[in-house]
Amino acid sequence: MQERVDEVKPKEAVSEIPKKPDKLLAFPHLVFKEFIALMLVSLVLIIISMVLNAPLEEVATPTKTPNPAKAPWYFVGLQEMLVYFDPWIAGVMIPILIIVGLMAIPFVDKNIKGVGIYCFRERKFAFVIFTIGIVVWFGLIIFGCFFRGPSWLLYLPWESWDIHKPVISKGTYILPLYIGVPSVMGYYALGMWLPTLFARNFFRALSPAKYFVTMFFVLSMFGFIGKIPLRFIFDIKYVIHTPWFSI
Amino acid sequence: MINGLKRLVNWIIHTQIWLSIFRQGWPNTERNRILTILNTCLFHLHPLKVRTSGLKVKYTFCLGGISMFLFIVETITGVLLMFYYRPTVEYAYQDMKDLEFAVTFGLFLRNMHRWAAHGMVLTVILHMCRVFYTGAYKPPREYNWCVGVVLLVLTLLLSFTGYLLPWDQLAFWAVTVGTNMAKATPIMGAEGPFHILSEMSDMCFYLRGSVNISENTLLRFYVLHCIALPLAAVVLMSIHFWRVRKDGGISGPL
Repeated sequence: MQERVDEVKPKEAVSEIPKKPDKLLAFPHLVFKEFIALMLVSLVLIIISMVLNAPLEEVATPTKTPNPAKAPWYFVGLQEMLVYFDPWIAGVMIPILIIVGLMAIPFVDKNIKGVGIYCFRERKFAFVIFTIGIVVWFGLIIFGCFFRGPSWLLYLPWESWDIHKPVISKGTYILPLYIGVPSVMGYYALGMWLPTLFARNFFRALSPAKYFVTMFFVLSMFGFIGKIPLRFIFDIKYVIHTPWFSI
Repeated sequence: MINGLKRLVNWIIHTQIWLSIFRQGWPNTERNRILTILNTCLFHLHPLKVRTSGLKVKYTFCLGGISMFLFIVETITGVLLMFYYRPTVEYAYQDMKDLEFAVTFGLFLRNMHRWAAHGMVLTVILHMCRVFYTGAYKPPREYNWCVGVVLLVLTLLLSFTGYLLPWDQLAFWAVTVGTNMAKATPIMGAEGPFHILSEMSDMCFYLRGSVNISENTLLRFYVLHCIALPLAAVVLMSIHFWRVRKDGGISGPL
């Protein structure tokens, strides 16, 4: 009987009925998946905890400084930044800028496309900038964890820490103020100005305030990253050097 | 035999004790499945229905849920570890050795606490990436993204404060390196640009409770690690989960 009723229905009405329901009951569809995930995580965790022992070194001795003294891995990226910046930037300003910058993302991103799917094409700019940030962050962590030895010098993972290593970038050059200040200001000014000429759609899509905030964080991020080759290749210690602070 | 079992099960699920716990019947009908979600404290965090797109493992990779689960593992193993650990310079390291050699499953407990902590830092970061790449921070979910960023910071702080507690060389010097950064805070740090405060009253001093890392630091980090930060995390996690529901459930294509 049911089939006959279906046959009588006009084609349009049939097409209105969605083939798949958009939503499913949380029990059992979601809850069971969660349960399986938790069981798997528990299993992995129990096996790791049986096989690998948490590190425990000698008792803390304030008079005996280990060389190198490395921070926990999630802070090694910041520690690595200490090579390129003074502590007030590497240890204070960069973390604050990262946190504030992350929080600013939803308020400056006016692009409403690409919600609920992994989609690169509809939000290339956001994708690229965020990915660069994450890759550099983890790159610094990996570099600091595996390629840094005594005195935070460059050691390859398989090299013994006993051999003596020369300092590669001593940081001999300090740019004079009349070069350093204009070049930093020029970097930000050009960075703010050029997209208004060459990426007009991007500029027009944002309000002036949102454009300024977005570009400030993007330029700062590339500025921080850019200091790494400046130090490594050109041996520049400070771009701006004053008696009170140095960048 | 099977009939007997069925009768036994039937009897059990109709006893007053069973019915006082589980209000709804066996969840084999749509009605009872809905009631299971509504009536169970743990399940009521879930919506009744979930987008099919959000159900795919490839979409979420279960990262948020795993983060929360690891937080629960941390709480349970952490409470058990607290029975054996005294946050003083005299006993802290000794208690670590006791955990390793004298306490039954002590080493296993500590291993689990340590690896779950590392795992949690990693899953929280990956969860943030997942949310970013699926555009799940976009309106109306801006506020929840910010709560998530604060939760990431709290996770890092929880892990960092726990790092000092074993009171071994690794702990001591990693935390020395970490807290030294606070000295460089502009204005508020003793060695930062435009500093106005002395070594005895700057940011680093308030973090450590002394000029160098000492018993005060150990106690501070212990209290932060076991009480202040977990409480803050629980409050923010509640807001985080509640907001996911209020903002229309897990993100999905429009």
